[in-house]
Amino acid sequence: MLSYIIRRLLIIIPMALLVVTLTWVLIRMAPGSFYSGEKKLPAAIEANIKKKYGLDKPVYQQYGIMLGNIVRGDFGDSLKYEGQSVNEIIRRHFPYSATIGILAYLLALAIGLAAGIIAALKQNSAADYGSMSLAMLGLSVPNFVLGPILVLIFSLWLYWFPPARTGGVLSYVLPVITLAAIYAAYIARLTRAGMLEVLRSDYIRTARAKGLSELTVLLKHAVRGGLIPVVSFTGPALAALLAGTVVVERVFAIPGLGNIFIQAVLNRDEPLILGIVAFLSILIMIFNLLVDISYAFLDPRIRYE
Amino acid sequence: MSNQNGTILSVTNLKTYFQTEDGVVKAVDGITFELKKGETLGIVGESGSGKSVTNLSIMRLIPEPPGKIVDGDIIFDGIDVRKLSIDEIRKIRGKRIAMIFQDPMTSLNPFLKISTQLMEVTQLHLKHSKEQAYQHAIKMLEIVGIPDAESRVNSYPHEFSGGMRQRVMIAMALSCEPELLIADEPTTALDVTIQAQILELIKDLKTKLGTSVILITHDLGVVAGMTEKIIVMYAGKVFEIAPTAELFATPANPYTKGLLKSVPDPAHEQGTELYQIPGLPPDVAHLPPGCPFSPRCEKAQDICVREYPPFVQINENHFSLCHFAKEVYAESLKEREVN
Repeated sequence: MLSYIIRRLLIIIPMALLVVTLTWVLIRMAPGSFYSGEKKLPAAIEANIKKKYGLDKPVYQQYGIMLGNIVRGDFGDSLKYEGQSVNEIIRRHFPYSATIGILAYLLALAIGLAAGIIAALKQNSAADYGSMSLAMLGLSVPNFVLGPILVLIFSLWLYWFPPARTGGVLSYVLPVITLAAIYAAYIARLTRAGMLEVLRSDYIRTARAKGLSELTVLLKHAVRGGLIPVVSFTGPALAALLAGTVVVERVFAIPGLGNIFIQAVLNRDEPLILGIVAFLSILIMIFNLLVDISYAFLDPRIRYE
Repeated sequence: MSNQNGTILSVTNLKTYFQTEDGVVKAVDGITFELKKGETLGIVGESGSGKSVTNLSIMRLIPEPPGKIVDGDIIFDGIDVRKLSIDEIRKIRGKRIAMIFQDPMTSLNPFLKISTQLMEVTQLHLKHSKEQAYQHAIKMLEIVGIPDAESRVNSYPHEFSGGMRQRVMIAMALSCEPELLIADEPTTALDVTIQAQILELIKDLKTKLGTSVILITHDLGVVAGMTEKIIVMYAGKVFEIAPTAELFATPANPYTKGLLKSVPDPAHEQGTELYQIPGLPPDVAHLPPGCPFSPRCEKAQDICVREYPPFVQINENHFSLCHFAKEVYAESLKEREVN
C-alpha cells in the first residue's frame, strides 16, 4: 500500500510536466502574444521586448528554460502584474476559491447524500419523486442562471444576504449555494442509484433474514457498497470546486483563482497560465489518488501493491 | 411453546402475488402444507415455480411492493406470522427461523468481516456481549468444519471459496439454534463434490440440533436422501405431495414423472437422447383456465385444457393435482412391478 502511494505520487511529476507542455504548446500555437495590442509595435521595440523575455531564442531553448524553471518550482513573474511572482498570486487568490469550494463541497455532500438515501429507501414515493425532480432541476439550471436568480430573490427582494463578497460570513451563503447546487444534484442521483442497487442485492436480503432492523441494515450493510460510486465522483469534484469556478466568482465578485485564471488567459500571461494549470493538475491528481486510497478502506476486496 | 400435534409450521392456502407491468403474477397460488418438528420437507420445482417465494413469504421477506401475501395462513409454532408486527417478525427471523440462500458468493456482505456478520446475529437475539459473540462465532465456524476457525473468523468473504462461504452461511443461520431452517437451493451454486459435503453437514446439524428443515431445490437427487416428505411445485401450485420414498417409487402426477425421468442416469446409454419435459415453464401472469401443465403434458386430454384439475387424494399422505391422478398412480405401480 505504501509503495503504491509513493509510486502514484512520483507519477504526478511527469504527468504535471506533460500537462504544462501541452498547455505551453497551445499558448504558443494561438496567434498573437501578450504584448500585441490593437496598434502594431515598432519593430525595434518588439525586438527589445522579445529579447527581454527570451523570446528571441530558438523555440526548443525557450521550452527547455521554461521546463527547467518549473521543475525548480519557480514559475517566474506574471507578465501582466509586474513584480508579482506566479506563486504569490496563486497563494493570494487560492484561499478564496478554496473556502467557498470546501463549504460548497460539504453542503453538496450533506444534501446529496441525505436526499439520495431517502429517495432510495422510499423508492417511487413522493419524497423520491420530489428530491429527484429537484435534482433534475439542479442539474439543468446552469450556475450563471441560478446565481443571479438567488441574488434577485435573497438580496434584492428579501435583503437576507449580500449580493457580493463583503468579507462577512453572510456573503458566503449565496455563492456557496450556487456552487453546491449542481454537485448536490449529482451526488443525490448517484447515491440513489448506488443505494438502490445495493438494497436489491442478496446480502441485504441475508441481513434482513437475520432479523436486523432496517436502520442497521442500511447503516451497517448497505451504505458502504452504495456509496462507492459517490466516492469516485466526489474526489475530482472537490478538486474542481477548490479550483474555483469562473462564473460564480464573477457573479459574486470573489477574487478567486478561477477569475484570475480567465484573466491570465485573456492577457496571454504565459507564466501565470502555466502556474495555475500545473497547480490545478497536481491538485486533481492528488484528489484522484485520495479517492483510490479510500476505495481500499471502503472495499476490502481492493488491495494495492 | 410446543404444539400438541408437534407441528412446527403449517401453511394453508398461501397466496403471494406480484404486481407487474405485465399484470398480476401469481407466484404462489394456494399452497398448503405442514411441517412436523424435526422433519425435513423438500420443495421441488423448476425455476419460477414459486418455491423461493413460498419460503420468503414464511419469513415475510417478500419485497412489498411489488409483492404481497394476499391470502392464506402461516402458523409457526402457534403464531400467526401474517398478523405479527414488523418488530415481532424480526425477533423470529434469524432466531427461530433461519435461512440459507442459493448463492454464497453474493449472500455474504463483501464489505464486512466474517466475524462481524456472525456476531451480529447472536448479539441481537441472544444478547451476547462482544466477547461472547466472538467466541460463539469461532465455535460455529468449527462446528461447520472450517479449519483454523480462530484466524479465519477475521477474514472477509472473498477470502473464502464457494463451499466455505456456504459453510459460513450455515454457521450464521444456525448461530441461534433456530427451530426451523429454510435452505433455498443451498447447493445449486457449488461444485458437485462440495454439494454432497454441504448436504451431509446440514443433515448432521439437523439431527444434532433437532431443527426442522425446508429444503428447496430443483434437483431431485438432492432431496432423495435428505427429506421425509416432498412437495412438487409448478406454476405457483402444489402439484404433488407425498412421503419421499413413495413419491420416487409411485408418482401420481405426470409432471413428477417427467421430472424423475429427466434426472440423468450415470448408466445412461451413449448415443440415445436424454429425456426432457417438452416446452418451457408457463408465464404465471397469463395462465390458461385448465391445468397449467397441460400444454407440456404427454397425457393431456381435452378436459385438461378446459378444466382446472382436482387435488386428488391417493392415500393418507399422498395428493396429486391432476385429472388423471389415480390412473397415473396405477401406471406407476404397474411399472414398479415390472422392474
